[in-house]
Amino acid sequence: MRRVLAAIALTAVIAVIASIQLNSYRDFQIAQIAVDVTAVAGLTVLTGLSGQISLGHGGFMAIGAYTTALLLIHLNWPFIVVLLVSGVITAAAGAIVGMAAARLSGPYLAGATLLFGVALPSFAYAYQGVFGGDQGLTVVFTAPAFLGASFPLTRWQAWVATATALVTLTLLASLSRSRVGRNWRAVRDDEVAAALAGINVAATRVLAFVVSAACAGLAGSLLAVVTALVAPTDFTLTISITLLTAAVLGGLGTLPGAIWGSLVVVLLQPYITDVATSHGLSASVGANIPIAVYGLVLIVVMLVFPQGLQGALRKLFTGFAAAPARHSPHQKEEGTQ
Amino acid sequence: MVEFLQFTLSGIVFGMIYAAIALSLVLIWRGTRMLNFAQGGMAMFTTFIAIEVIYKTGSYWAGFAVALAAGVVLGALTELIVIRPTAGKPELNSVIVTIGLLIGLEGLAGILFGAQYRSFPSAFSVTGIHLGRTPLGITRADLFVVGAVLVSTLLLAVLFRFTTAGLRMRAAAFNATVARLSGIRVGRVLTVGWALAGLLGALAGLLVSPSTFLYPASMDSIFVYGFTAAVLGGLDSPAGGVAGGLILGVGLSYVSGYLGSNFTSIVAMGLLILVLMLRPAGIFSGASLRRV
Repeated sequence: MRRVLAAIALTAVIAVIASIQLNSYRDFQIAQIAVDVTAVAGLTVLTGLSGQISLGHGGFMAIGAYTTALLLIHLNWPFIVVLLVSGVITAAAGAIVGMAAARLSGPYLAGATLLFGVALPSFAYAYQGVFGGDQGLTVVFTAPAFLGASFPLTRWQAWVATATALVTLTLLASLSRSRVGRNWRAVRDDEVAAALAGINVAATRVLAFVVSAACAGLAGSLLAVVTALVAPTDFTLTISITLLTAAVLGGLGTLPGAIWGSLVVVLLQPYITDVATSHGLSASVGANIPIAVYGLVLIVVMLVFPQGLQGALRKLFTGFAAAPARHSPHQKEEGTQ
Repeated sequence: MVEFLQFTLSGIVFGMIYAAIALSLVLIWRGTRMLNFAQGGMAMFTTFIAIEVIYKTGSYWAGFAVALAAGVVLGALTELIVIRPTAGKPELNSVIVTIGLLIGLEGLAGILFGAQYRSFPSAFSVTGIHLGRTPLGITRADLFVVGAVLVSTLLLAVLFRFTTAGLRMRAAAFNATVARLSGIRVGRVLTVGWALAGLLGALAGLLVSPSTFLYPASMDSIFVYGFTAAVLGGLDSPAGGVAGGLILGVGLSYVSGYLGSNFTSIVAMGLLILVLMLRPAGIFSGASLRRV
């Protein structure tokens, strides 16, 4: 745990220095990465540790984002309160989905959460008066006065998002090392054995969904204040699959992997689009190349190196060490199947 | 009353399309215990191929035939290249691989064919049919949809029930090891199953696209309704898949007609969760102990 805290502190220092040194577009990207890390960390814990997949995490992000927008618009509470309430409300939604999901295995669960993710944005159209329909809701978010009038908003957004992401990572790291995390792994590896060992399998699975949804809710809340607009088109199937891509690429079940995956996903997209447009391709082609690449990444990683980037890094650094390498969760999973 | 009749008829038309998707999912599920999440994406892609062929040749039926052939090829290639390596791995792996295929095809379609909405021609006239002086709210094109799905369902049933190839496929689905021991090349049978599923998916794409427009994500919601239909009927049963498609199609048509189209996916989600919690083996199953 001490190593985790040291890594978190180091990341925080890097993010703060970077946000001051870099321009406002880079600050926006830092905030985007932090939003993704928050959501992907929750997803990677759900899928990698508790063995449940979700193709509807964009839906949970939507719940967090709309909660934040509505609270800021109608009640104007302080953001820290709004952030926490958004997390709690999304966690409640996660409990409902989790209870439905606890009985389902792989493909059924994937299909059910897929429908959840596809169906949820239609609430925004069905109740236009509340959710603003296609136009969405505009969110006003300002930097606190004590930082001075000239303090750039993007930097403040980057700080808030990074702080939330790091706190989330810390909590998830300690949770996954605790009894809860051990129960998740036990249920994932062998349900029957876990039940015989006295673990309440259903409750353990639902808890994983609650925790994961809460993370997605926080990420959605951050997204609302970073982009200043919450609209149903932000929460399409593509978002859910992008999160899954980041989790899979980083290495399912590993929190550092959530960071590597999010870095790649957030930074690769504008890079590919830039390269494509500078080679004379149209904007629509440029926007679609990253999506095709995500698909390729999901297939190749799953077929060729299912432990992802974190697994590869771990192999690289422990390959020559005398002590046997600690098994990544995924290796265990394959070993038991 | 006329309104009710119209909603019912148009529900049956859409239900047949969900049934086609459901059937393609059931075909693969029986053979490999796998859900092909790329089924909708593959259908979208073959329909784009059809629109290009129609544009080049000027013939609807040329595009129709090429799309069906493309569906067969795409299904078989998918099984051979990306699905077979996931055999024996955790079931999450194959789910993630087919999701990768879905998003990969959507991205590729956006690159090759553009992301804008395109209208897709229908085979027959889209003027409404009247019974006496009452408009029925359906068209000749709709009749073609129903007929095409019914014919292909019947052909599939004949294939499975009365041919040696069908017997092999049933054997491989029933017990792969025993089938292999009795000399059936299970791998080849699975490839054929995926090819047939690709064909059905391609047909569904061709049939639905005149009423939904065609764009890279256009089959997403059709796919999730097809999946819901397959689960309603029990993923193991082709007849259940068709019945599930019809029930869902008619049900959602009432929802869309009386409540508004924004509520269809919400109701479908509620229905799916209800069925999964109460009757996970499908609404036609008796009490079942099989865990899903």
